[in-house]
Amino acid sequence: MSASTATTTSARLAAAAGGAPGRARAATGTDAAFAVEFARLGRTFAATAPASARPVLRDVSLTVHPGEVLAILGTSGCGKSTLLRIAGGLDSPSAGSVQIDDSPVTEFDTRCAVGFQEPRLLPWRTVAANVALGLPRGTTRHAGRACVAELLELVGLTAFAGHRPAAISGGMAQRASLARALARNPGVLLLDEPFGALDALTRLKMQDLLLDVHAAAPTTVLLVTHDVDEALQLADRIILLGQEQVAPDAAAPGATIVQELTVPGNRPRDRGSAELAELRGRLLAGLGIDRHGDARGVASSTGIPHFPY
Amino acid sequence: MTETLAPSTAPAVRRPLTSRRGVRILGGLLLPVLILIAWQLSSVLGLVSVSQLPSPAMVWIATVDLFDRGELTLYVAISTQRVLIGFVAGAVLGLIAGALVGLSRAADVLFAPTLGAIRAVPSLAWVPLLIIWLKYGEESKIVLVAIGAFFPVYTTVALALRHVDRHLVEAGRAFGLRGVKLFTAVQLPAVVPSVISGLRLALAQAWLFLVAAELLGASMGLGYLLSISGTNGRIDRILVAIILLALLGKLTDAILGVFEKYAITKWA
Repeated sequence: MSASTATTTSARLAAAAGGAPGRARAATGTDAAFAVEFARLGRTFAATAPASARPVLRDVSLTVHPGEVLAILGTSGCGKSTLLRIAGGLDSPSAGSVQIDDSPVTEFDTRCAVGFQEPRLLPWRTVAANVALGLPRGTTRHAGRACVAELLELVGLTAFAGHRPAAISGGMAQRASLARALARNPGVLLLDEPFGALDALTRLKMQDLLLDVHAAAPTTVLLVTHDVDEALQLADRIILLGQEQVAPDAAAPGATIVQELTVPGNRPRDRGSAELAELRGRLLAGLGIDRHGDARGVASSTGIPHFPY
Repeated sequence: MTETLAPSTAPAVRRPLTSRRGVRILGGLLLPVLILIAWQLSSVLGLVSVSQLPSPAMVWIATVDLFDRGELTLYVAISTQRVLIGFVAGAVLGLIAGALVGLSRAADVLFAPTLGAIRAVPSLAWVPLLIIWLKYGEESKIVLVAIGAFFPVYTTVALALRHVDRHLVEAGRAFGLRGVKLFTAVQLPAVVPSVISGLRLALAQAWLFLVAAELLGASMGLGYLLSISGTNGRIDRILVAIILLALLGKLTDAILGVFEKYAITKWA
């Protein structure tokens, strides 16, 4: 998976999207990366019983810059996916607003592409036809086919282009799903734990693949994950969603941003960096995981901790 | 990487005996042949009187006789025609109503209870009404067959559309599909297998309703043959009609079965 492949792909993608007239282009695929702005966003799920409406998110205010990779971390069920779905127009907020590129998000916003937690491929279509589903409206047949071929090459599925989703492995299906999202050439790429179901090694490869693609065509990426290492490896900035403690034994209902940190260094980052290890400990603590080592007197700043720890 | 192997190098997999074509056909014919033998034996040995159960040879003679008079071909043709026209009309209406009720919440609320109540009416209850309204002509039989074919299609289509994987529909919408495009790209292929099994049920029901229609008011057709032979006590002709109905029903079902197989490999 070389960077040059990614570069040619993005060039082709741009050509595919640019092949359509400007009017169609504005409505669908785009080369630009857009800013995403959440303003005092809240989401409450109506429950079956009238009194038991469940607040999931509250007071989320956040600006994601164009081309930035933002990781959203949080415990399971804290509303990470809900935040992402609202950004993509798959769900609507109960309070506050979301804007992409200074205009409000519409229902199933065409400026976004979503990589779901599950592959969600159409079982009766081949892998190639599934990837083609992501192509922006108005792509010519020829450009579309070239674009799909490039993307399949990029995710290493060329040999499986004609297979049905049922005939390929879960990891391959997830890669096909990512290729489908990339085919959109989106202004905002929304990824909902895209690598969560993959085995550890495939996951690392996919992370590098995503970085290659992002380096070649720097779109805005919102990445929901529960994997702290993944967040540190991929993101420019990490937000931690959680419930704010209002009293020693009481938490405000609904998750909000409890921590926000900028990841130091440029990508690709050294997976073994001590600096990241320190941040990792802090994030894990924020997620309620005991790091089993905080009290051992190691300076909690930069620098390589020395033996004995 | 099984697809890189040449077919000749792939290990020969022994297919189980029960999945071979010849075995399946022979196995399916075994029971009818046994029944035929038992039937012949019982008449030869005089276990049952011929007035109660004619021998196979007598039934065959009755068949040839009916064929020579030209009645057999006419009855089979008219019955098949009624079934096919009624089935197509009922199935198309069932598809439309099922799609409407399955896709739209409002249509579900408005139409589903009424259709459910109409469905509960036994087939024979329609016959007097249809005969008064539409007389003894073709329309009354075709309408009854259409009613019979409508409900299995309507029910399976509505249910299947209601249960299309919501994740897939959402993914389709997230990638910009909506309306008719969403329907043809996601919902329709997802329900094709259940639509076809609904069609098979509908076809069986169409033959059922046909006989009901022809028994009570017709001057032609296999149901009429049954009814008139019952009055005349021609048991041989009754058996001819029953055997023909079984063969025709099985044949039309087999044709749909081939189509179903093709559709399942294509869409499921």
